Amino acid sequence: MLTFIHLGYLLAIVSFIVGLKFMSSPVRAKTGNLIAALGMILAVITTFVAVTTNLEVVPTTNLVVLFVAVAAGSIVGKRLSDKVEMTAMPQLVSLFNATGGGCAMLLGLVEANKMNIDAASISHSLLLIAGMVTGAIAFSGSIVAERKLAGKVKDRRSYFIMISARLLLALILILPALYFTDILPIDFTAFIYILAVIAIVYGVWFVLPIGGADMPVVISLLNSITGIATAFAGLVYDSKVMIAGGIFVGAAGIFLTLLMCNAMNRSLLQVLAGKFKKSTGAGSDVEIEVKEISVSETAMALAFAQRVAVIPGYGLAVAQAQHICGQMQQMLEKRGCEVDYIIHPVAGRMPGHMNVLLAEANIDYSRLKEMDEGNDVMEQYDVVLFIGANDVVNPAAETNPDSPIYGMPIIRAHQAKQVVVMKRSMSTGYAGVQNELFGMDNCSLLFGDAKNSLQEIVNQLKLI
Amino acid sequence: MEFINLYIQEIYFIVFAIFIGIEVISNVPAILHTPLMSGANAISGVVLVGAVILIFNIEPDDYLNLTMGAIAVFLGTLNIAGGFFVTGRMLRMFNQKK
Repeated sequence: MLTFIHLGYLLAIVSFIVGLKFMSSPVRAKTGNLIAALGMILAVITTFVAVTTNLEVVPTTNLVVLFVAVAAGSIVGKRLSDKVEMTAMPQLVSLFNATGGGCAMLLGLVEANKMNIDAASISHSLLLIAGMVTGAIAFSGSIVAERKLAGKVKDRRSYFIMISARLLLALILILPALYFTDILPIDFTAFIYILAVIAIVYGVWFVLPIGGADMPVVISLLNSITGIATAFAGLVYDSKVMIAGGIFVGAAGIFLTLLMCNAMNRSLLQVLAGKFKKSTGAGSDVEIEVKEISVSETAMALAFAQRVAVIPGYGLAVAQAQHICGQMQQMLEKRGCEVDYIIHPVAGRMPGHMNVLLAEANIDYSRLKEMDEGNDVMEQYDVVLFIGANDVVNPAAETNPDSPIYGMPIIRAHQAKQVVVMKRSMSTGYAGVQNELFGMDNCSLLFGDAKNSLQEIVNQLKLI
Repeated sequence: MEFINLYIQEIYFIVFAIFIGIEVISNVPAILHTPLMSGANAISGVVLVGAVILIFNIEPDDYLNLTMGAIAVFLGTLNIAGGFFVTGRMLRMFNQKK
């Protein structure tokens, strides 16, 4: 029996690795997801068998509680995932992340309730505390992130929050040290509940000051923290499958976090502090003269182009214009024109979000180009349509060392033959800087709502 | 010190797992980063394994711990089920026209 249990866990770990590995190609990713899911079911069933065979009598109450909770969780999970809009995906992923963190936190608390502290080793208690604290931070942090992404909570960047957040973090580190050196004369259960409250408040304070455009970084980071919490819990239970699963998720989260930071040319610390380099003023006062373009002129330019690139930003998704964009692409393709999408790594509210939104609009994924691929062939594009974004094409990031966004990797739209920028107004982007691209000779602006403008372009294209 | 002696096997295991994790994930293209993240998120639901072990270690008349354990199981399952379902739903949208 023991052999089967060991093999079951081993197979589950292998299935996680294979599942993640298959994520590297869109063709095999579906299979990968299925393999990882089956591995997860195997891990849970193996655990169930392992635990129940060790017991002389399996208590019915516990069995019923387990099955009811599993059934409820599965049903709610399925419902939530069926209902969600693709634009709301970051919120849902944050919410699911919160549940994982919450589970890790509760494990720590219940174990502490039952534990006989005198019999337990300090290492064991420390791991328990570490799992509980990281779980609690991931839990409350993800809930705040979810609320912020849904637009229900605004950024709060006050000195009180910044300072008290650091104080709480220091407390989380110092309190266990005080407790285990017997300076803190309270009982273990009380101690761990106090820590849980501090960790929950810290999670809230930690996410509150972080700016809206930095959300991709935060979600990735919280995802990674949940993974680490799982790994700590795995050490407590001496479960290899939990350690492996947790570490893989932690690694994935850190990888995406750093990728997002690089794409914005900001360090993780800057993001966490909610800081943005202040504009030095140089260059930003210069009035930029822009040329306007009409819908019919845009349609004409598109109709006679050989290669067109669309650079979408989150504004495209906000305007719900992905589907119209797909229609326009089909019409242009019928005329023998090639349409690509060039996607900046931070477009959207989570890593890769824009790709999912375009895939939902039935756009062939081989047309979705990464930033570098697009930049390599930028000169070949006759028309570049730039919709609902701002800073990601600002040439100042490469040419003006005084600019706050200097050093950020950009899509070099200015190298294309013609650029049409679709914007609501002349307002600046998140970084608060003027976009030098708009004043360039090959660039013209089409003002108005992205969805309406695209719809009109489609109507005009039908006539040409 | 005691910690290292006790957990040396696990420490080896973790170090290898970190490298495998980074190695496997760094090849994922940007277009799949959202499914990767929600899929990874679902995998972190493996914490449910701990909750299952826990729930059978609770006395059947210990209602406080049983309730907290039940919530833990519920949250863990929600993480797993929701995560894998939503990842599958997203991946089905990635199509290539013939």
